[in-house]
Amino acid sequence: MNARLLLATALTSVGANKLRASLTLLGIVIGVSSVIAMMAVGRGAQVSVTARISDLGTELITVRPGADALRFAFFGGGGNSDVLSLEDAFALRDDVFTPDVKLVAPENSFSGSASVGSENTFVNGLGVTAEYLESRNLTIVWGRNISNVDVENISLVAVLGSETSETLYGQRNPVGSKIKISGREFTVIGVIESQQGTISNPDSSIFVPITTAHYRMNNGKGRVASISVSSISVLASSEATVDDARLDISTVLRLRHELGEDDDDDFQIITQQDTIETLEGTEGTFVILLGAIAGISLLVGGIGVMNIMLVSVTERTREIGIRRAVGAKRRDILLQFVTEAVLMTFAGGILGVMLGWAIAYFGNGATVDGDIIETVIETHIAVIALCVSVAVGLFFGIYPAVRAASLNPIEALRHE
Amino acid sequence: MIAKTTTPVIELVDVTRQFQIGTHVVRALDGINLKIESGEMVAIIGPSGSGKSTLMNTLGCLDQPSSGSFVLNGQYVSELSDNQLAETRSRQLGFVFQSYNLLPRETAISNVELPLKYSGGYSGKERRVAARIALDRVGLSERYDHRPMQMSGGEQQRVGIARALVKNPDLILADEPTGNLDTKSSAEVIEMLHSLNENDGKTIVVVTHDIEVAEAMKRIIAFRDGRIVEDRAVVPKRINAQSPDRDNQ
Repeated sequence: MNARLLLATALTSVGANKLRASLTLLGIVIGVSSVIAMMAVGRGAQVSVTARISDLGTELITVRPGADALRFAFFGGGGNSDVLSLEDAFALRDDVFTPDVKLVAPENSFSGSASVGSENTFVNGLGVTAEYLESRNLTIVWGRNISNVDVENISLVAVLGSETSETLYGQRNPVGSKIKISGREFTVIGVIESQQGTISNPDSSIFVPITTAHYRMNNGKGRVASISVSSISVLASSEATVDDARLDISTVLRLRHELGEDDDDDFQIITQQDTIETLEGTEGTFVILLGAIAGISLLVGGIGVMNIMLVSVTERTREIGIRRAVGAKRRDILLQFVTEAVLMTFAGGILGVMLGWAIAYFGNGATVDGDIIETVIETHIAVIALCVSVAVGLFFGIYPAVRAASLNPIEALRHE
Repeated sequence: MIAKTTTPVIELVDVTRQFQIGTHVVRALDGINLKIESGEMVAIIGPSGSGKSTLMNTLGCLDQPSSGSFVLNGQYVSELSDNQLAETRSRQLGFVFQSYNLLPRETAISNVELPLKYSGGYSGKERRVAARIALDRVGLSERYDHRPMQMSGGEQQRVGIARALVKNPDLILADEPTGNLDTKSSAEVIEMLHSLNENDGKTIVVVTHDIEVAEAMKRIIAFRDGRIVEDRAVVPKRINAQSPDRDNQ
């Protein structure tokens, strides 16, 4: 029997029991579409995280106090912030010791509520210097940035994130108005342009001079003479000098902290590349996990195919006998049943790819619990899923087909 | 052709076929010697369990003898592989079954095409033409696209005969071809076999336990307990029915 005849015969047989074929197919459709959709979501998450980090600029180097880098990378901030001081940050501006450092932006965090009249919101407070905005690729839409004079004077001035501004002032320009942050009155001097989607979302933040944050905001801490910082953002002069800059920073900080040769660093230097690699690694595992879960449903679909093929062989024993009696070889019967199985899984695979693609396509940008889901559809995943569905048909179809082919024609003909 | 007269279509020499049932050995065929020449019309009769079905399976190349040799058109069937057996079935003989054994979902024409599908070398058009010719031959020109369920038993059996004819084999093996048919349809089928024998020169072997059918053949071989107990030539006695000949010749 040639391929065309084989296909036509298989189509007729599969088509003869449409409900059964559809249900069997459905198992494969669900399996394949979930693989496609899951992978799209997984890859989407991976790509968007990478993109957000890259948005901050690849020259960005973050220096944090403490030795547990991974913990900070994932859960942010915190740690023993007494270890890095404002003086440490200023030391990194030295042209001789750290020639590849273009910009140094230390920051300090506090939390509290901000209120204007009856409007009240909880804010993420950041004490920063003039360099902060540049280090994060942020721009001012209204008013001006915090200046170094503000830092020196410990001024009670604040720059608002776009969301904070909107919550408190609506569409009005708040520059010049008064705002109460944790009970102290500040003058709003500027508003930052919305930067939706970046990993350290500045939109809901409020920025004050780092000295103000230290001396005025954090209860009790203000009495300590040395200003501690929770993080220092450093921009290298170019992407190529990131590694050199990192070495220089390490040298300077080790000297300043008087660490001996055998001492471990009491700070962490994290480049954007480090963050991307770490996150991509975890996300990669996540994608594989999602794929594996979806793969299991494909496997279950395959078992469904095998089940139905075994039933079919039993039901069609007599047909097999007739075919054998009129000249079908074992191989013809084997191929017929394998073709039927593969036909079902292939059709299921195509429909599954279409469905999965549709889910990924229409699911892109959907929000679940306030999180925007991004999906990335990759053609090679679709091709692989399709190949796997064919392989599933071959694998699960072969045993029933062998059973069919090995039937004794005399007994098969006698079968009722 | 001289070759045809010197080489029998079927030659069985000391053929035995044993089946093991538990610890018990059943000899379904017990030393059969038999020659059937080209153009013969033979009835094989016997009670059930006499070995006639086993003989039919052997002649139909569906089963191999336990010992002895079966020569079909000069070829030792015992030496053939499974694939060669399938090819022999496809090329050299046509089966007609008691229960017609048509594929229920397929049309008459598609059922008749089936043997051609398994032998290769025929285009779809050639298959349909051959199937139409075979269906015309059995008088079913108006039933090409009918499915088995839409036809009478007699018509279904004629589709079965058309299927046996479609590759133009010399030998037609019919296993109780009238077993499920009424008298009128039986007579039609017997007439059809006669016509194939006399007009087309086919060798016909019919297995039956119906003595009336057997007596319509030209030679009767009687089986009992796996042995031939009688082998005689007879003058065919046609079955009496209201319209015995509906062939469109």
